[in-house]
Amino acid sequence: MVALSTQDLEEDLIDFTLFSREPHQLIPILQYCQSHLGYISRDMVRQIADYLDISEARVYGVASFYTQFRFEKPGDHQIRICLGTACHVQSGELLSQEIQKIIGIRPGEITPDNKFEFHEVACLGCCAQAPVVEVDGRIYGKMTRKKLQKVLANYESI
Amino acid sequence: MNQFNLYQESALQKWDSQIVHNEIPVIYLGTASCGIAAGALDVLEAIQQTLIELGQPAQIIQVGCIGPCYLEPIMDIAMPGSPRVSYTNVNPQKAKVILQACLKEGDISPRTAKGHFGDESFSASTGIPKFFDLPMLKPQVRVILKNCGFIDPEDGDHYLAHDGYQGFLKVLEAGPEYALEALKESGLRGRGGAGFPAYKKWELARNAQGEHKYVVCNADEGDPGAFMNRALIESDPHAVLEGLLIAGYTVSASEGIIYVRAEYPLAVKRLKKAIEQMRSYGLLGEDILASGFSFDIRIKEGAGAFVCGEETALIASLEGKRGMPRPRPPFPSDRGYNNSPTLINNTETFGTIPAIMRNGGKWYQQFGVPGNYGTKTFSLVGKVKHTGLIEVPLGTPLRQIVEEIGGGTELLFKAVQTGGPLGGCLGPTQLDTPITYEAMRDQGSIMGSGGLIVMDESTCIVDMARYFIGFALRESCGNCTPCRIGTRVLSDRLEKIIAGEGEPHDLEVMRAAADTMVKASLCGLGQAASNPVTSSLNYFLSEYEAHIHDRYCQSGVCKGLYQLTILAERCNGCGLCLKVCPANAIEGKLKETHTLDASLCTQCHACIEDCTKHAIVSIPLPAEQDQLLLSEALQ
Repeated sequence: MVALSTQDLEEDLIDFTLFSREPHQLIPILQYCQSHLGYISRDMVRQIADYLDISEARVYGVASFYTQFRFEKPGDHQIRICLGTACHVQSGELLSQEIQKIIGIRPGEITPDNKFEFHEVACLGCCAQAPVVEVDGRIYGKMTRKKLQKVLANYESI
Repeated sequence: MNQFNLYQESALQKWDSQIVHNEIPVIYLGTASCGIAAGALDVLEAIQQTLIELGQPAQIIQVGCIGPCYLEPIMDIAMPGSPRVSYTNVNPQKAKVILQACLKEGDISPRTAKGHFGDESFSASTGIPKFFDLPMLKPQVRVILKNCGFIDPEDGDHYLAHDGYQGFLKVLEAGPEYALEALKESGLRGRGGAGFPAYKKWELARNAQGEHKYVVCNADEGDPGAFMNRALIESDPHAVLEGLLIAGYTVSASEGIIYVRAEYPLAVKRLKKAIEQMRSYGLLGEDILASGFSFDIRIKEGAGAFVCGEETALIASLEGKRGMPRPRPPFPSDRGYNNSPTLINNTETFGTIPAIMRNGGKWYQQFGVPGNYGTKTFSLVGKVKHTGLIEVPLGTPLRQIVEEIGGGTELLFKAVQTGGPLGGCLGPTQLDTPITYEAMRDQGSIMGSGGLIVMDESTCIVDMARYFIGFALRESCGNCTPCRIGTRVLSDRLEKIIAGEGEPHDLEVMRAAADTMVKASLCGLGQAASNPVTSSLNYFLSEYEAHIHDRYCQSGVCKGLYQLTILAERCNGCGLCLKVCPANAIEGKLKETHTLDASLCTQCHACIEDCTKHAIVSIPLPAEQDQLLLSEALQ
């Protein structure tokens, strides 16, 4: 196995040597890479496999098992609507349809200008404030169509 | 131990001088995730700015979740010599007005205040009720949540000043046998939901042979609709860590691992901080407090997989594998993480341990009922008026939780889902069931980790069953056939029924599939995934039948199986619905009863959202239009 130095990597920031070469480090390394790159690239899968001396299939198999990991570049603004039980009961689906109407994409998609990315998730753990929408990590509770339009308009103008 | 006593001493002094006998006003603000979702950070900014404008020194303490989330953001002010007074549903403007009145004019605005934390005489002189006398809080008992909302979760000294690590000191002094004995006497059962006696797990792990042993805290709270663990960690992280430390000492483990959901960034941040504080107090590392016991704690962030709440799947995930369950035995207490003996408990179980160790097992028996001693936290959410985090003694009837603590529902109560997506839907006739592990099981549900989702007549039971099964279908790891195929079969049939294409024999197929899943699935997920279907079929069969035979969804949820109409006796002609309708389906003059043209309606429910009179309701489709409308709605 060829040891990788940081120069070989497509992002200078990424430094695998922060982690030991034990297999249990696979998920923390994936999380680390995704937090720097925003996603797990094909090349990254290869490099992680090399570093931990395991197969690429194993790396991809683990990464694809967990919902956290993604394999495409993310959009600029992340919109996540919670469809956990409490948000479902409080008509979260109708809000999801409203978001789709406003930004014109379906859950799991990115707008053509790469501005918005939209996902339906369960659950953000703010059930008492249901229905809940998260934009770029900020959680908005007790959402209504009107509040939603206002919140999204703020990001539209950025 | 002397050094630690000094830390404790100085923490107590700090608490006394800054909080109990404060010379400047103390402002408390709940900034757990739910508070933040309600806008607490904007309020925080407003508080800081107002203090600068007023030129008034004051201490701001960001506390965790005190429970009644429906009142968030909650801002409290304790003027010197006066108890802490709560102001609720605060926004930046409101905060500014209250602060000005309080700090500048010495007026604590009794009319705006929701409650206080002082004694009776303060109530008598101000007319403000005690906070804990509010209907939502009065029936509750706070053991696990004792510190939540009172201490700054990022200040370890605050925990030390509240009996912090006294449970651990007691166990160090009295020995591991004391810990096991106290745990046995307390009758504490696993709070993750299955209710396995905690002491048995601990005893097995203690007696297991192995060079290394591990204790693992399961904070992978994946149940949608449940947030007890998040709130506890965000509000009082040290309580969980102390429980983990005590467990480590008792079973002679060398390392503790907290497996926490990555979706809870604030909880992760607070845990990291608390672990650093433990280290600085000398509670982690080699030879802790000169006891010869060495222990360390690390955090492992989950990567998003509900099945990882199952202990063997969680261990697989810790080891860097796909989080798939394996058959037991061997149990983790024999062969767990890295094939070493591993003790796994839920966050809440660990959070309860310090109090039991401090006060003894007998003390814990005063809460709850025989066989189900102690208290349990629940996240009470859905269509109930008072949503939030609650803690009640086991054995409390569901009715008290829904009607008294939750304040009941706006519309007619229909059901409460207990035990999360793997639990069951209990209806009005089952409301007198006491919350115990056994009673929940007898009713076809489970205790689960503690999500209580209340539904009213606007919630469709069939749609809920489809929702839960859809969740189980996505989260099934696919390892065993009954779960993989069973969730698919159930999901397909339910989708068919809510699309108005259900046939009577679908119900038979669903019952058979559910039965197979219960009997033959590998882990708890598959065994329990059909609970929402079976329990709702048992208690809400008529709703399924209405969907199948009459093509009617009474709750107005399943598109195409109902039409909307405006009830003349409720409509006050305010015109809100007319303005908001995107399809121009509503007509009517101001202050006169409005009408809704069902043939134009897209069933987007914008009107229902805005109508304050609940005047827009669903009715069955007229027979001849049935097919036409159905196809239109489905387009």
